[in-house]
Amino acid sequence: MPRCNTNFGKWALVVRQPPIHVSLRGVTKEYESKLGRTHALGPIDIDLRRSEFFAAVGPSGCGKSTLLDVIAALVPPSAGLVTFEGQPIGNTVPDGIGVVFQENACFPWLNVADNITFGLRRQPVERSEVERRLQDALQLMGLQDFARAFPAQLSGGMRQRVCIARTLLMQPRLILLDEPFGALDQQTRLLMGDELLRIWRATGATVLLITHALDEAAMLADRVAVMSARPGKILEVIETGWPRERDSQIVSVPEFGAITARLWTLLRAQSMQALRPEPV
Amino acid sequence: MRIVFYRLVAVFLPLTLLEILCREHVIKPLILPPPSRMLLGLWAVIANGAFNAAIVKTLANVGLAIVLAVVVGIAAGAAIHRSRPLRTLLEPLFSTYYAIPIYAFYPLFIVVFGLGDTPQVLIGFMLAVVSMIVSTLAGLDSVPAVLGKTARVMQLGAVETVRSVTMPYAAPYLFTGVKLAIAYAFIGVIGAEFIMSGTGLGYEIRFAYDNLDNDVMYPLILLILLIAVAVNMSLDHWDRALRSRRERG
Repeated sequence: MPRCNTNFGKWALVVRQPPIHVSLRGVTKEYESKLGRTHALGPIDIDLRRSEFFAAVGPSGCGKSTLLDVIAALVPPSAGLVTFEGQPIGNTVPDGIGVVFQENACFPWLNVADNITFGLRRQPVERSEVERRLQDALQLMGLQDFARAFPAQLSGGMRQRVCIARTLLMQPRLILLDEPFGALDQQTRLLMGDELLRIWRATGATVLLITHALDEAAMLADRVAVMSARPGKILEVIETGWPRERDSQIVSVPEFGAITARLWTLLRAQSMQALRPEPV
Repeated sequence: MRIVFYRLVAVFLPLTLLEILCREHVIKPLILPPPSRMLLGLWAVIANGAFNAAIVKTLANVGLAIVLAVVVGIAAGAAIHRSRPLRTLLEPLFSTYYAIPIYAFYPLFIVVFGLGDTPQVLIGFMLAVVSMIVSTLAGLDSVPAVLGKTARVMQLGAVETVRSVTMPYAAPYLFTGVKLAIAYAFIGVIGAEFIMSGTGLGYEIRFAYDNLDNDVMYPLILLILLIAVAVNMSLDHWDRALRSRRERG
């Protein structure tokens, strides 16, 4: 576990808990629609610690993606405060945040290399540095042989790897993942999970994973927040207690089953509630 | 290669048949000369240079109508895309627009703008611009919301987002709009020259028709046909190249 030493002279403190990286206090989101006002989210109070892998699970329509959008400053909260590295989040996505979406976000007119470097080429970064980071990202994501391929020539999993590589190239300190493996088959999801864990360890970034897959959350995360049906609130945050060095083989240990079962126990009633038709 | 062969057969077989029918006087020369004679006539028309001014004038007016239609069409399409009330107001009109006989306004345009090139360019523009607006709207509608979010995450400004994300994504639709705009501009300008004009290819064809001058009329018709086919085939080639990157699997 990383340490944070805060020196106050002779009152030296050793804080074992990593510092807070992202903080949400009383965050809510309401939408106006033709049907009236919809309370989609909150109030939410959570803290993400620096370099932790945090997952949020919840029933369909509980506001998981809205939560991610609020943290990324893609959507303003109706109330409450979101801070990233101690600074309140405004209307623009702050430096240091990268987002991977569930949908295919590759630019179809660009090849893999141009897709990956798209954001970095618009930053004041030396060409040689862009090339170096590109080669690293291609290597890390196993895309070396596809640098000149176009997204239409790639499988869904490979396109998602391109999007992850594009995010990594910007060297974000907070990576937000909105059901990034939602469209992939189970085997590919497990393997992508392994890659994600490897990247997380290599970069030291804080990761927030939004997912509806309990096993994915239980396998990947240090902590899993269970959200209620709409309006999404945090019902409980479960510590998985996994070591930092881990991979998808963790699904075979008995604790994994216990954690997944606990998540399902919390979510079952909420999921049933989410399935009920809404009163008109 | 086989498809090219069949295409050539599809073009040259009817032409050969027509040539035979004309030469055997099954079709009277006064009605239609043989295609080979049209081709020789076209060469003569181009070589003697008598119609160069008309060709240049028509192509310039068509070009002007295209440029205006593309610029105004993209700007109007983008504005309508952004404004829900404007879209609700105008979109139903677009679907009925081509039911309006634009040429009916031609006398009015002449009264307002005189007998110069303006009425012809205006007719070409009016026919072309709506296809460009509709294609721009379709293109902008097709841009997935996730690409807009991606641009925001990459901290792109509004102009950079349009330049680097929206327009490239919508490019195939815009290209279709440009293709239609070119076709409509040709129809509009040459049609207007036919009706009421003192110059241009349309006028020259009508003049030759009035004087039963088949040696000029058919070569000029052939010239318009060749220009339209050449432009369209070039655009098709670019269109295929543009789409092939995105769609090859």
